[in-house]
Amino acid sequence: MVKSDFGYNSKVEGEVIVTRADAVVNWVRSNSVWPMPMGLACCAIELMAAGGSRFDISRFGMEVMRFSPRQADCMIVAGTVTYKMAEVVRRIYDQMAEPKWVVAMGACASTGGMYRSYSTLQGVDNIVPVDIYISGCPPRPEALLDGMMLLQEKIRNEGGSLRRTFRGRTVETKIVS
Amino acid sequence: MDAAALTSRFPTTQDLTGKDMPTYRVAGSDLLAVVSALRDEQGFDLLADLCGLELQGRPVRFGVVIHLLSTTHKEYVRLHVDAVNDRVPSVSSLHPGANWHEREAFDMFGIVFEGHPDPRRILMWDSYPYHPLRKDFPLAGIEVPFPAADVAEVTGQKVEPAPMMGGPFVSHGGKMSTGEPSALDQSWTEEKPKA
Repeated sequence: MVKSDFGYNSKVEGEVIVTRADAVVNWVRSNSVWPMPMGLACCAIELMAAGGSRFDISRFGMEVMRFSPRQADCMIVAGTVTYKMAEVVRRIYDQMAEPKWVVAMGACASTGGMYRSYSTLQGVDNIVPVDIYISGCPPRPEALLDGMMLLQEKIRNEGGSLRRTFRGRTVETKIVS
Repeated sequence: MDAAALTSRFPTTQDLTGKDMPTYRVAGSDLLAVVSALRDEQGFDLLADLCGLELQGRPVRFGVVIHLLSTTHKEYVRLHVDAVNDRVPSVSSLHPGANWHEREAFDMFGIVFEGHPDPRRILMWDSYPYHPLRKDFPLAGIEVPFPAADVAEVTGQKVEPAPMMGGPFVSHGGKMSTGEPSALDQSWTEEKPKA
């Protein structure tokens, strides 16, 4: 018997690979992330560069930028979130179908950045649950790609449930049939 | 420009002898007539800027500064209007481009532009209760409810004063500094609260 890296023996099991459904679902999800660009400031320019041919986000299966939240499953918040815009960001997040992920791109989206002022939300994680934070002001496209690859890794290791934590509370997504 | 024509026709208009361009203090009651005369008779056909300002230590707290440009004579004129009781007549009937400038001056300073076609806030949301560029408004902000009640209910978010960390961060005076800008009051940090 030939030794193999994975526990599959065609003589014993036939032409069937046994795995967990979660693993298959996560593999599919992680390789076809459809991002929704929530471009609010200069980070959006780097986001556009990441979509261009030089950096080419499509190498990771994420080139399908959707400008409708109903067709996207990953919101990339790129830029300064003001309190006036925060309401809109949350409403767009609510319109995205589960499962969905949020990437806070850059200092402003992550923490408010240099805008310690009356008008700026001090981090988009105050209103939506964030999966990946990317540092930089603005981050280079490579940093965004690195963050998106981290998101893929996170998706691959997710449990099957739609349960997530937000501000210390567990939020369970209801599936309406 | 013909300065004598302006000051003789509008006696309340005062020449402030501006260093960079002709500058006049205009009474609010004369403002529309002055801007109209400058536009129609002296060729100042472009409103380059309109901004509010707060001048401390003056009897009238707020003012409005209007920059007009003549595209034919290639010169500017600056008009200063005191906002008596925080009110100034709107010039957007003469220069439509003043519309959003006046909304911003209202939003930031609370100067009311009488006769404005759409006197709403332009930067902050409509229910915001303060005028943030006033000198007595703290840079970090004041706690108010979140603009959308339903979003606030889900997220528990309020509009909170920003953590200033001893800021605002300034570069220290003198010759060009190589150090980073730092807070004036460095006696407190994120770990050690302000005494």
